[in-house]
Amino acid sequence: MRRRLLHVGAAATLLTAVSASPAWAQEVSAESVQATLDNIWIVVAAVLVILMQAGFALVEAGLTRAKNVANIMMKNLMDFSAGVLAFGAIGFAIAFGSGNDFFGMKGWFLDPGHFTEGTFGNLSLATYFLFQVAFAATAATIVSGAMAERTKFKSYFVYSFVITAIIYPVVVHWLWGGGWLAKLSTPMIDFAGSTIVHGVGGWAALMGALVLGPRIGKYDSEGRPRAIPGHSIPFAIVGVFILFIGWFGFNPGSQLAADAAVPRIAVTTLIAGAAGGVLAAFTIWLKTGVPDVAMAGNGVLGGLVGITAGTANVSNWGAFIIGALAGILVVYSVIFFDRRGIDDPVGAVSVHGVCGAFGTLMVGLLATDTGLFYGGGWSQLGSQVIGVVAVFVFVTVTSGALFYAIKATIGLRVPPEEEIEGLDVVEHGSPGYGPDVSALSAG
Amino acid sequence: MKLITAVVRPHKVDEVKEALRKVGVKGITVTEVKGFGRQGGHAETYRGAEYKVEFMPKAKLEVLADAADTEAITAAIRSAAVTGQIGDGKIWVTDVDAVIRIRTGEQDREAL
Repeated sequence: MRRRLLHVGAAATLLTAVSASPAWAQEVSAESVQATLDNIWIVVAAVLVILMQAGFALVEAGLTRAKNVANIMMKNLMDFSAGVLAFGAIGFAIAFGSGNDFFGMKGWFLDPGHFTEGTFGNLSLATYFLFQVAFAATAATIVSGAMAERTKFKSYFVYSFVITAIIYPVVVHWLWGGGWLAKLSTPMIDFAGSTIVHGVGGWAALMGALVLGPRIGKYDSEGRPRAIPGHSIPFAIVGVFILFIGWFGFNPGSQLAADAAVPRIAVTTLIAGAAGGVLAAFTIWLKTGVPDVAMAGNGVLGGLVGITAGTANVSNWGAFIIGALAGILVVYSVIFFDRRGIDDPVGAVSVHGVCGAFGTLMVGLLATDTGLFYGGGWSQLGSQVIGVVAVFVFVTVTSGALFYAIKATIGLRVPPEEEIEGLDVVEHGSPGYGPDVSALSAG
Repeated sequence: MKLITAVVRPHKVDEVKEALRKVGVKGITVTEVKGFGRQGGHAETYRGAEYKVEFMPKAKLEVLADAADTEAITAAIRSAAVTGQIGDGKIWVTDVDAVIRIRTGEQDREAL
């Protein structure tokens, strides 16, 4: 075990070029061990964020109907797979390559000649890409739920490629790539991406649902919303738990180092998710007389999205307040959009867009160093407002244009007959829950 | 020969089966079915919006019996399945021309 540790340490010394002398002859230094720990922790955190893809797949499948379950799974599988390729080829360079304050223009195809050692501190290009591509896939997959049960598969494929190759990376460059949001006199704080990741996904989801229109049967002849219950609450809630677990890679991993802040960030994440779940359950209970299970699940996710911006900058009490208010907010938001003709079967717009914006703004009030409530004045809140509004405008305009362009060319929505029959058979050849075909009927 | 068909609440199936055993019934067939009656379904809420459940899940039991046993069997089903609330279901009796046991070829009374 000790030999192995020394070996890994030496490899990291090579990797990060901590020392000028030949690495193999080098004593293990504190710096080289720290660099190794940083890289290993961020790889683990990246894997946890990738696990969130399974959570999204289950939440979306659970909250929609059985006749579309294979289509939902395929969308989740393909937005991740296509997203990895798109972000590796183009997106990563736009996000983190050198360029101007708005987008990067160098480092295509993960060019190690551009992203040289030390570009990402202790983290290697491989580590940093792995972590960031997992985030890009998260932003992309959020939209799938809002557009569920009526979108053409090929159209969704085009959308997910464009958002991970261009739209999301541009927003990332503004803040995490050292762009104009990072250069404000008081830089915007969005530690792990309430706005940068979830806002992008949530507002693109809003435009997707808006351009598509509601599912057949969602509204009665007088325009009143009718519930279309999901086919598996167990799927949905297991999905929520997987997302909750994945969030411990998402937020604490965004420290981008293995240091003392990591457990503290994990605790604010935990508190906010729990508070969101409890408050959403009580809110819907008081409103309708029943503690709705799916809504409580949305509450947990709303709390988690809300805390993501300020997870490293607020106290435990701050995390509780953000999570609790996000839990209440998500209930009213889901009902608000439902009554205004925006059919979002899983609540993606409310969870990721609304709670993401809310959590980002709350950092301006509750950040323990620069927040208004802690005597930090108005400038942090001002920067938070600028960031939230800029991302909202950019994403709604670009994703709206994208969805209208797809609609005008290859079409966005499946024909009504296919929607009624279910997308599984028509789009993908066989149902998600297939029949037991006997040997006789096969012959 | 008679066919006694009953549509009952799904959670009453076990009680009905026990009651039928006590009056000497040797076998029944149970099917999961859906339907509506005088109440016409009912409303449920999901994520803050209402929806109507048009067809309620029920269990359908089928019992083949000798005509002489019909009254005892229908009484047993009713006493086991009744709750007094709307949605308890129905029992009906129809004539059967022939009953044949597939394994042995026995007919009618012997086939029950």
